[in-house]
Amino acid sequence: MAQSTRPNRLFRNLNAKIAALPMIATALVVFIGFTVWTIVHSFTKSKLLPKLDFVGFAQYERLWGTRRWLVSIENLAFYGISSLVFSLTIGFLLACLLDQKIRFENTFRTIILYPFALSFIVTGLVWQWILNPEFGVQNIVRSLGFSEFVFDPLYNADVVIFGILIAGLWQGTGFIMVIMLAGLRGIDQEIWKASRIDGIPSWKTYIFVVIPMMRPVFITALVLIAAGIVKVYDLVVAQTNGGPGNASEVPAKYVYDMMFKNQNLGQGFAASTVMLLSVLVILIPWAYLEFGGRKGDK
Amino acid sequence: MTNSSSNTTVEMTGPRGAKPKRALSPRNIMIYGVLLVVACYYLLPLYVMIATSLKGMPEIRLGNIFAPPVDITFEPWVKAWSQACTGLNCEGLSRGFWNSVRILIPSVAISILIASVNGYALANWKFKGAEVFFTILIFGAFIPYQIMIYPMVIFLRELGLFGKLGGLVLVHTVFGMPILTLLFRNYFTSLPEELFKAARVDGAGFWGIYFRIMLPMSIPIFVVAMILQVTGIWNDFLFGVIYTKPDAYPMTVQLNNIVNSVQGVKEYNVNMAATLLTGVVPLVIYFASGKLFVRGIAAGAVKG
Repeated sequence: MAQSTRPNRLFRNLNAKIAALPMIATALVVFIGFTVWTIVHSFTKSKLLPKLDFVGFAQYERLWGTRRWLVSIENLAFYGISSLVFSLTIGFLLACLLDQKIRFENTFRTIILYPFALSFIVTGLVWQWILNPEFGVQNIVRSLGFSEFVFDPLYNADVVIFGILIAGLWQGTGFIMVIMLAGLRGIDQEIWKASRIDGIPSWKTYIFVVIPMMRPVFITALVLIAAGIVKVYDLVVAQTNGGPGNASEVPAKYVYDMMFKNQNLGQGFAASTVMLLSVLVILIPWAYLEFGGRKGDK
Repeated sequence: MTNSSSNTTVEMTGPRGAKPKRALSPRNIMIYGVLLVVACYYLLPLYVMIATSLKGMPEIRLGNIFAPPVDITFEPWVKAWSQACTGLNCEGLSRGFWNSVRILIPSVAISILIASVNGYALANWKFKGAEVFFTILIFGAFIPYQIMIYPMVIFLRELGLFGKLGGLVLVHTVFGMPILTLLFRNYFTSLPEELFKAARVDGAGFWGIYFRIMLPMSIPIFVVAMILQVTGIWNDFLFGVIYTKPDAYPMTVQLNNIVNSVQGVKEYNVNMAATLLTGVVPLVIYFASGKLFVRGIAAGAVKG
């Protein structure tokens, strides 16, 4: 912009730099600085207060030897994979249904998406009530004559994660549906005409033509769901608070409890570092494919 | 796909080509049938919340949760709003509501203001290194908050903001920045560059162009950002519980404490009224904003 005079490079475009200061500070101090700080402190034996008393990987050894953490990881893996599979499938199917040039499309979309506006706390509490064995679904089925019917996911350690999954899916599938619908709308109508002329049934067109074309949309949805899953916290707190016993603990809750309840900062730091690593495992290949690949094309 | 094919022929050849459509074809019945069932499933929790909150406790103990209320009573609502207890405090949810409002207004205003200027600088006044910071910022959106929350506690304590309203506003501004900056950057990039150049030729500077040209042209994106932030901040739980003290707990935290408190008899109708009261704000925004809400979340989702 300033070709004629070249005073000091630092002061060129000064206003823009000043305006971008909050962003620069956030990026450097919070996102990089704070993350590095936590990672460094995860190698110390900080308890109540953070201290630089290095103990190597001791916190991590303890972490992976803790029953509660292992349950958390197991839950997260199960919840994560199920909610990925279900929200992608259900979201895509619903989007296909809405894409059939139906009437009241807006009404249906509004209804399916509204839970996404609600907080996880509200979601968790509603489903806690619906799944309440004394009054909710179990009670109703029993009163219909099936007196042995059992449906108490929130009180049964073996299936509690399903109870959370039901609530999580109710809240989030609408969002995936909207992304998928936008993807479907982005598909050229000529594709549909061509496949119709060739006499290909529409389900085949969906599977063999449309889905491969929507690959970027699926990947975006996948990354968004995955990044959200690792953060799962409020839903569990509201619905079960980790119970019964430790059965529905999740890593985010482990971190919070270690840092702010059990005064075991080192454990919290180590656990959050593991959480970060698990996100990076997903994020880096995606970023590489998405942005690295794009540069290569142009 | 019979329907859509007839539609496209209508567009191309006019009335001549229109085939009479059967409204009740098996295909339509199936599509609408499935959609109706799905819609019922999604609406059920909302219905249960409303129905339960309007019943008295005796009716809840006898009946089932899906039955419509017989004796409609608004007492649970009143109780949830002004008498429900968390620990020793029995002021009801109203306190949490006003706390949330106090948190919401400055957080939304400041985060949007800062992010819009950031986005504007990134879109129109590119400087060396800007893209690097922006990439870090976008990556930051995916980093689990858990890894940044404790250093943030120390940081706020050093500033003397820990447990205060200002601290939480700062936290919301920082963690809302990636998505908002992306939103504004993409919007400002999409505006015609000639506008910016013309203003430059006329001698307008950085702030002049922002306030006199960009700002008036981007009201829609400000509305989208507001919807995004209002629902996001209202629904926040994690930051509220970490960075505020019990007196200043936002509504979500207080709601959770009321419903999941272990003392006393459980009053399910009051709990549901409280839950509904907390959900009302984002729901009203959602239903009132319609397509803009979708645009907001889609803008957040689809990278530019």
